[in-house]
Amino acid sequence: MSVPETRIDTKNLPAEIMELQMGPSHPATHGTIKFNLRLEGEKVLDCDVEVGYLHRGFAKSCEQVTWTQVIPYTDRLNYASPLINNVGYAMAVEKLIGAETPPRCQYIRVIVSELSRIFDHLTCCGMASSELGAITAGFYMIEAREMIMRIIENLTGARLTVTYVRIGGLKHDLPQDFADNVNRTFKIIRKLLDDCDRLLSRNRIFIDRMSNIGVISKEKAISYSLTGPILRASGVNYDVRKTNPYLVYDQFDFDVPLGTKGDNYDRFVCRIQEIEQSMKIVEQALKSLPVGPVWIEDPRFVLPEKEKVYNSIEGLMHHFKIIMEGIHVPPGETYFAVEGGNGELGFYLVSDGAGRPYRVRVRPPCFIAMGAFHEMIEGYLLADIVPTFGMINMIGGECDR
Amino acid sequence: MSETSSHLQEIQDKLGHKVLETSQFRGDNVIVLDPLELRESFRILKEDSALHFDFLSDITAVDYWKKKEPRFEIVYQLLSLQDGKRLRVRVPVSEESAAVDSLTSLWRGANFMEREVWDLFGIKFTDHPDLRRILLYDEFKGHPLRKDYPVNLWQPRVPERPVDGTFVDERSRNKLLRLKKTLANKDR
Repeated sequence: MSVPETRIDTKNLPAEIMELQMGPSHPATHGTIKFNLRLEGEKVLDCDVEVGYLHRGFAKSCEQVTWTQVIPYTDRLNYASPLINNVGYAMAVEKLIGAETPPRCQYIRVIVSELSRIFDHLTCCGMASSELGAITAGFYMIEAREMIMRIIENLTGARLTVTYVRIGGLKHDLPQDFADNVNRTFKIIRKLLDDCDRLLSRNRIFIDRMSNIGVISKEKAISYSLTGPILRASGVNYDVRKTNPYLVYDQFDFDVPLGTKGDNYDRFVCRIQEIEQSMKIVEQALKSLPVGPVWIEDPRFVLPEKEKVYNSIEGLMHHFKIIMEGIHVPPGETYFAVEGGNGELGFYLVSDGAGRPYRVRVRPPCFIAMGAFHEMIEGYLLADIVPTFGMINMIGGECDR
Repeated sequence: MSETSSHLQEIQDKLGHKVLETSQFRGDNVIVLDPLELRESFRILKEDSALHFDFLSDITAVDYWKKKEPRFEIVYQLLSLQDGKRLRVRVPVSEESAAVDSLTSLWRGANFMEREVWDLFGIKFTDHPDLRRILLYDEFKGHPLRKDYPVNLWQPRVPERPVDGTFVDERSRNKLLRLKKTLANKDR
């Protein structure tokens, strides 16, 4: 008895185009976002990204509160690097005022920005690698992240909602044991990253999933206004810290890692390299940290000392005025950009001279990166969405504001 | 100071009467452009070898309700990747027309940013390939970042939307229908 020849040609199965909605709540997309996909088999033909599930009206809320009260809102933008948001917003307002903070404040702002950047990159790389099955490496990076979190907690008193930077200064100076803590932690993080490097960088599965996936060329990356590690992975040397140096970044020696292909693997390597560069900056800043005040000396923007508030009527009135009316920012408009974890984080502020902002606009790096997502994924497989989306590091709070 | 103002002069020379106003504030170069033939002006800013503003950082809008005439201003942040120079371009738009040229043919990234401006300010972009709401949902009424939109306005809940091509298990649908029917009977 012979089996009849009814074998199916598995290579050329007739496939009809399928529409698939991935999200808004999907375990592999950490964040609420929806992809409306058109698939041919497993190949993505067309991807329409739907964002806005976490829209909380950030800009509208900012128009209702005083300039200082916006700072807690900025914590909730990119909650993986809240300190950079604080610094960016405070510096934009200071630019509008025309004030420059004392050197110690600037150094501390550099230190906290870089700690936040390490935090952001560790979150991104750790999540992306654990989504690809490298759970161990993911846990190592989360452990490193937790140590940075401890430092930030020790400094600001909060883990994510830090609200540490103020307009014209900082909430308070660094704690006594800060430098020792950081140095000790960096030693452990370097070791953990070494382990991750050995687990991932030459790992066949990891490279197969990351390399040549989600490629975006140099020209397209510029055309899509991408910034940060995604742009640099495509080989464009644009880092706000180098092209438009702010704070005291021009005094430190650090490199900007660049990729060549613009695929996910390059983005991953860029981020890992940037962690090392950020640690270098923090160490240099801690070594050359100047002594002095952390506040500007301008009573129009700075709260008086508590002693004066409780013991003199002038001090009390001064305090009351700043708290109730808010600081008065001169009329005008300004744009100020800092290098956030995911790219250029810009603040466009308009003031009409009153105690409240007239318009606050955040240039969200990952919202703009999501605009290029369809370009990165079309032609690849459905499963490639996971690492590509992971390496963009979309943070819902910042993307949807 | 003189160097940057010469830069503004250069832009003024290149664009001619399209530039309505130039100014400097806290080191930022600002020009105000005529909304007529806006795309052409931006093409010159982007492709001219001396200016070379090849990177579009941001598009947003400001509503100067009862403060300024015309009411809206679209604000573009440009950047030259070669030397890191920034330029802010403001384009006044009146409430009646509320439309400007889309820049999607020059920069593809303009797509999402223009959709956001349409969503939150209700300013249309002519020749935009896909001008839909982006942060809010389709049923939302009004444009919340306009100054005449009240902060505490509630919008009604949206009923469930049937989506074409969605796979629905007929058994669960029947179950739901049965449930609805029993509930309706109960009410009676």
